[in-house]
Amino acid sequence: MEKVFSKTKGLTDVPFTYCPGCTHGIIHRLIAEVLEEMDLLENTIGVAPVGCSGFLLDMFSCDFVGGPHGRAQAVATGIKRAMPERTVFTYQGDGDIAAIGTSHAIHVAARGEKITSIMVNNAVFGMTGGQMAPTTIGGQVTTTSPYGRDCALAGPPIDLPKTIATLEGAVYVAAGSVDSPKNVAQTKKMIKKAFQVQQKGLGFSFVSILSTCPTNWGLSPVDSLNWLRKNMMPVYQLGELKATEEVNAL
Amino acid sequence: MRRQLLKGNEAIAEAAIRSGCKLFFGYPITPSTEIIEYLSRNLPKAGGAVLQGEDEIASINMCYGAAATGARVMTASSSPGYSLKQEGMSYLAAAELPVVVVNINRNGPGLGGLGPSQGDYFQCTKGGGHGDYRTIVLAPSKGQEMYDYTMKAFDLADKYRTPVVILADGMLGQTMEPIEFKERPSVELPEKDWVTTGCIGRPKRKISMYNLTNEAGEEISLKLQAKFNKMKDLEQQWENYCTDDAEYLLVGYGTCGRVGKSAVQLARQQGIKLGLIRPITLWPFPEKAFISLPKIKGILTVELNAGQMVEDVKLAVKCSIPVQSHTRVGGMLLSENSVLKKLAEVFQLEVRV
Ligand SMILES: Cc1ncc(C[n+]2csc(CCOP(=O)(O)OP(=O)(O)O)c2C)c(N)n1
Ligand code: SF4
Repeated sequence: MEKVFSKTKGLTDVPFTYCPGCTHGIIHRLIAEVLEEMDLLENTIGVAPVGCSGFLLDMFSCDFVGGPHGRAQAVATGIKRAMPERTVFTYQGDGDIAAIGTSHAIHVAARGEKITSIMVNNAVFGMTGGQMAPTTIGGQVTTTSPYGRDCALAGPPIDLPKTIATLEGAVYVAAGSVDSPKNVAQTKKMIKKAFQVQQKGLGFSFVSILSTCPTNWGLSPVDSLNWLRKNMMPVYQLGELKATEEVNAL
Repeated sequence: MRRQLLKGNEAIAEAAIRSGCKLFFGYPITPSTEIIEYLSRNLPKAGGAVLQGEDEIASINMCYGAAATGARVMTASSSPGYSLKQEGMSYLAAAELPVVVVNINRNGPGLGGLGPSQGDYFQCTKGGGHGDYRTIVLAPSKGQEMYDYTMKAFDLADKYRTPVVILADGMLGQTMEPIEFKERPSVELPEKDWVTTGCIGRPKRKISMYNLTNEAGEEISLKLQAKFNKMKDLEQQWENYCTDDAEYLLVGYGTCGRVGKSAVQLARQQGIKLGLIRPITLWPFPEKAFISLPKIKGILTVELNAGQMVEDVKLAVKCSIPVQSHTRVGGMLLSENSVLKKLAEVFQLEVRV
């Protein structure tokens, strides 16, 4: 019988710990598939965040390091500087990279650190029970914005990829979504390109991905996808925000 | 052997290069800055690299990443910067990563001042970061020891898979002394069979520390504690100075160890049988130095803080000997005369100063 689907070698048999309908799992699979397709699994060291995806260390079949909340890019810098020939990537929630870890997000980009960062934007702090994140959109109800995010008090949400794109050392910046098969396919291409950029040593590459958190949004998996499309997509610019000439020539 | 006049900070930097340190991550702060400056000039020539991080938090986490690959790595700072590294210290201890961390202690709290201080004794020896962990702390008292203990720190870090702190004050960091460029001692160290370097030809590895159940948490914690106990058992170090016939003892480390030696000489000129115990490891505190001191009538601790190590000395002698404390704070130095005066005052001795 013809095998039409098999799990990527990039993932171990450790079961995902995510809630039903959470799209962290899809993003894991995309990264793992890219690493397998590019034959990078043995060459790669991943760096984990602290957040719902903090346990992905066990789920990927490449080496993985986990440190403090928000520090993944600093840890990754240390790994890359010690082993420039290895592929090094961070996987981080929006709280991890766009709140507590923002200084590192700016400076790895400024330095053109030859690593890849994947940001998973679900507009909340998922792990700690759905508090407001810098990415929470105006009016969105969370446990720490129970009357809806008041942008006059909390400011409007940060679109981190746009900020990162202004820095010269960031040579590839893209924002995708995994809400539909089409967007999943497109996001995978972005991830692949980001790793190709790193392989060629062109500079810092960054992919931000819109993701759902049905549990903390209080919605069903399907309604979550609709909520993401209706509320997050107008706020967060999608597509390739930046690709230098060298990147386009890849 | 080559000898050169170097600042204490530069001696640390040179020893790091000669210990095979390949990477240095740091953020400038007085009075530690000569370390990153010296290494920026000289580590690249030795095939290594220096990266100035965006802050101390970044720097210690860069060390975390580099150490995870097995590279010898160091960071250095001074009190306010060392405070920022405390989260990192806790994670390094938990993930069992060898990193050498230098703290050139300046006056605090807050921004404080640049003068020499030992105000970070508690922070360095009692944890500093969160959780139940310990770090080895080495306290040099002169330029050559800045060099020698740095070499030792790298070996201890690798031996125990642990962060090791070098704690010195700004006076030691800034003073120029002749330094002998000794070769790295040959020490047998465990193979680094835990590093995350990419899983070519071996099963995948991970480095991190968290526990999803309390039972696992207990198991991991007990394993760590067993390691800390082993360090406590095997690594206590101190220097005895004129202690054999001593009736009174000074206890001081770093700069105070040095001042203490002068005070001992002065006292002995006047017929007072004074000796000195100079702790070299501040953690583990050299309790063994205090096990049997039948002739000692009194102990005076000497510190550049409001009295911190004195607590460990009291614990070590278990109330069997009176312990008094002589201190100076705020970035000021104390003199051997002031030590003698205090000794005379608290133990009712006749001295001329
Ligand atoms: C220093 C520190 N502060 C706070 C926390 C608590 N904390 C853990 S994860 C997290 C936020 C997670 O949100 P995000 O990064 O968006 O990831 P998600 O869980 O949504 O995937 C917080 C605040 C922590 N672990 N460490
Ligand atoms: S809390 Fe949200 S982000 Fe976390 S696993 Fe559940 S759905 Fe996913």
